Amino acid sequence: MTSPASLSPASGAAGSVRPPESGAVMIRMEKVEKWYGTYHALQDINLTVTAGERIVICGPSGSGKSTLIRCINALEHHQGGRIEVDGTEVGASSKGLDKVRAEVGMVFQSFNLFPHLTVLQNCTLAPRKVRGIAPKEAEAIAMKYLERVRIPEQANKYPGQLSGGQQQRVAIARALCMNPKVMLFDEPTSALDPEMVKEVLDTMISLAQDGMTMICVTHEMGFARQVADRVIFMDKGEIVEQGPPETFFANPANERTRTFLGQILHH
Amino acid sequence: MIRQFTSAEFLFLLMAVRWTLLLSAIAFVGGALGGVLVALARTSPYAWLRAVAGTYIQIFQGTPLLMQLFLVFFGATMLGGGIDPLTAAAIGLTLNGAAFLGEIWRGCIQAIPKGQWEASTALGLHYVTRMREIILPQAAKIAVAPTVGFLVLLVKSTSLASIIGFVELTRAGQIVNNATFRPFLVFGIVAAIYFVLCWPLSLYSRHLEKKFGTVSR
Ligand SMILES: Nc1ncnc2c1ncn2[C@@H]1O[C@H](COP(=O)(O)OP(=O)(O)OP(=O)(O)O)[C@@H](O)[C@H]1O
Ligand SMILES: [Mg+2]
Repeated sequence: MTSPASLSPASGAAGSVRPPESGAVMIRMEKVEKWYGTYHALQDINLTVTAGERIVICGPSGSGKSTLIRCINALEHHQGGRIEVDGTEVGASSKGLDKVRAEVGMVFQSFNLFPHLTVLQNCTLAPRKVRGIAPKEAEAIAMKYLERVRIPEQANKYPGQLSGGQQQRVAIARALCMNPKVMLFDEPTSALDPEMVKEVLDTMISLAQDGMTMICVTHEMGFARQVADRVIFMDKGEIVEQGPPETFFANPANERTRTFLGQILHH
Repeated sequence: MIRQFTSAEFLFLLMAVRWTLLLSAIAFVGGALGGVLVALARTSPYAWLRAVAGTYIQIFQGTPLLMQLFLVFFGATMLGGGIDPLTAAAIGLTLNGAAFLGEIWRGCIQAIPKGQWEASTALGLHYVTRMREIILPQAAKIAVAPTVGFLVLLVKSTSLASIIGFVELTRAGQIVNNATFRPFLVFGIVAAIYFVLCWPLSLYSRHLEKKFGTVSR
């Protein structure tokens, strides 16, 4: 187990991510409410994430973890309260929305690579179309991040030709190519065969070491212990408990947290 | 006076094929252009636009093509504008084709996994880019086979234009039959010509279906 001290930002490495302006508020969720029809999916969510902070969210299936992070880049629209990313309010204007989506990278459980595009094209599309970066430069950026996730040699393959672990690393590289300020991960290893989980987690750990602001929905508690500054437990659309991993795992205050941890740690 | 069915009559039928092909081509191109709009409207984020397109599809799928041709042909005549049968048939088949192709392509667009929309949205791509770069190229792959299948139907549907007096293959057959009174021979040949036009398309469609049948992952 690595101690938090060893997670200081690496300096000047190839494909390194933005250094955090540490301490600045990156994400602020205030009294956020979300309904799906009559179903109350998020209730009074208050969450502040500072730059460089690494958050792990866990909780039972259907507790609203995906919904919470999907509200941050407005894949789902919240109905009450306020969400701000790097000072821009989400949902206030379409301009603001564009800005937020360009600044927030997302990695999905099912990779969602574009199957008709090569790995390289997957990585260059958004920088070209959203940031207006010239193709050559976009390719250089893409290769930098493909090296970063250690699969530059797959650049000209199609996603279908890669293993799950490789695809997920491409998905991470694709998001990094936009040079995001925040990365959201929604159970990035849940769809992987066990032998591929580690390569993806290692990639995420190295991102964390570079100081990337991250919110990860995951049940990989080893990862949470090693990387998280804060672990959040959600149940029934609410944040039930949160704290640094040491206290969260050793002394969960809430009964529901204890039950949940008991279930996932003991099998 | 009853004429013999000679090579001249046969040639007359063959020459009429170009009108069948021309009408098919116009209707296919027109129907495809309209179909793209209908499909995009059917999958748009705006409920009212989806409803408009849905109603359009219902009307054209729920009434006989022949009535649609009649309405265009006699409707235009009634409104004072004389309309030649080719134009009327082309308009009618285009409107009809737009409804059917639109519905086929809507299905293809919606067959693209939700994750593709989400990933492209999360990357900040706008609707037009998302459609052009991500959704439509993938949807096109699965659309090819049913689209060629529709083309086969369309070629056969052009025979209805004979009823509003457009001299394509079927109408040519009626003319030859009226002169020769050899209905079985004449319409047998007409059917055989349709078959020669459509069969390769059907085979091609089946081939494409095997090739592109599923979205590649
Ligand atoms: N689009 C939707 N429409 C209706 N209900 C939804 C929708 N998406 C999610 N829900 C419901 O909202 C609740 C929270 O869903 P969410 O996906 O956020 O849970 P989760 O914590 O991510 O669960 P899991 O661990 O299974 O991924 C669930 O009960 C789910 O059924
Ligand atoms: Mg989820």
